[in-house]
Amino acid sequence: MSGAVGREPVFPTRQSLGLMKSKLKGAEIGHSLLKRKSEALTKRFREITRRIDEAKQKMGRVMQIAAFSLAEVSYAVGGDIGYQVQESAKQARFRVRAKQENVSGVLLPHFESYTQEGVNDFALTGLGKGGQQIQRCRETYARAVETLVELASLQTAFLILDEVIKVVNRRVNAIEHVIIPRTENTIKYINSELDELDREEFYRLKKVSGKKQRDVAAADAEIAAARQKEAEKKAQAGTPAQEAKEEEAESTDVLGEQEDNDVIF
Amino acid sequence: MAATVAYKDRQLLAVIGDEDSVTGLLLAGIGHVTNPPDAQRNFLVVDAKTETSEIERAFQTFTQERKDIAVVLINQHVAERIRHIVDTFTDPFPAVLEIPSKDHPYDPEKDSVLKRVRRLFGE
Repeated sequence: MSGAVGREPVFPTRQSLGLMKSKLKGAEIGHSLLKRKSEALTKRFREITRRIDEAKQKMGRVMQIAAFSLAEVSYAVGGDIGYQVQESAKQARFRVRAKQENVSGVLLPHFESYTQEGVNDFALTGLGKGGQQIQRCRETYARAVETLVELASLQTAFLILDEVIKVVNRRVNAIEHVIIPRTENTIKYINSELDELDREEFYRLKKVSGKKQRDVAAADAEIAAARQKEAEKKAQAGTPAQEAKEEEAESTDVLGEQEDNDVIF
Repeated sequence: MAATVAYKDRQLLAVIGDEDSVTGLLLAGIGHVTNPPDAQRNFLVVDAKTETSEIERAFQTFTQERKDIAVVLINQHVAERIRHIVDTFTDPFPAVLEIPSKDHPYDPEKDSVLKRVRRLFGE
């Protein structure tokens, strides 16, 4: 797959090479951080799963005991109290409060049960008989509900963590399999383009210097040919007097030049 | 931080279940009836005659409409009857908790959360 990730649409310049390099560095740091986060969350997640399993078992036992105490109540009261209880329920006495816990940046709610004081809807329930059993049953059920609330908060944490871990893992994978290879590809591309430009430039320079050399060689050859021609001419019709004259003229020329130089100075 | 606001005022528990479970939980003090005129109870007693649509409606009300419920307790055999809805409900709030009832022992294989746990660990 990494071959098909392509590269970013940038111009192959040194500036964008620098940008890409810093981007790659950033992506690598982000990847390692996210990976660590994912690991921490997964550790927590496994712990919660184990505790859920335990709590579910415990819930089974607790509810069994509670159901038994309710059976005791209906035996003692000698009739069904369900209807009476349902009708007299008005205000919740048993409530929960949500607290937060921070696990590597993820806020996990934690339910805490508390009882609202001064609310008692069942003051008259079991007034005739079975009051004691009802009292005991209420306590048993209150304990059972506490277990249930604990389980509920575990379950909520489980659901939230599950979601967050999925998101984090998706990000880790995206960085690992898409962003980093693509940035590397881009860097490779920019490097190869820059190398290509370098080679082109070098070749051009070589060409230019080659041309210059050829020109110089041609000019030299011309001069040499001209001299040879002149020499041949002189050899054919040259007299010593003429040569001497020429030499003199040359020396005067040289002097003239020197004079000029002095003037310049 | 919208989620924080969403569950700060969730204080109540709701229950859908057979008469015994509901009675017991009400005795523990979770029963709540909102003020009139639209008095809403946070519990529903299910027996053999209760229509499935009624359970569905109660479940939807507890999970979606009411914003003061933190935990929905539902008997497992009742949850079986509306299993498709319970399974599709995956929001963290309110927490839906399947509880055993007197006549129906608890079966971890059917619990929608435990099913997810099992699936995650590839069992």
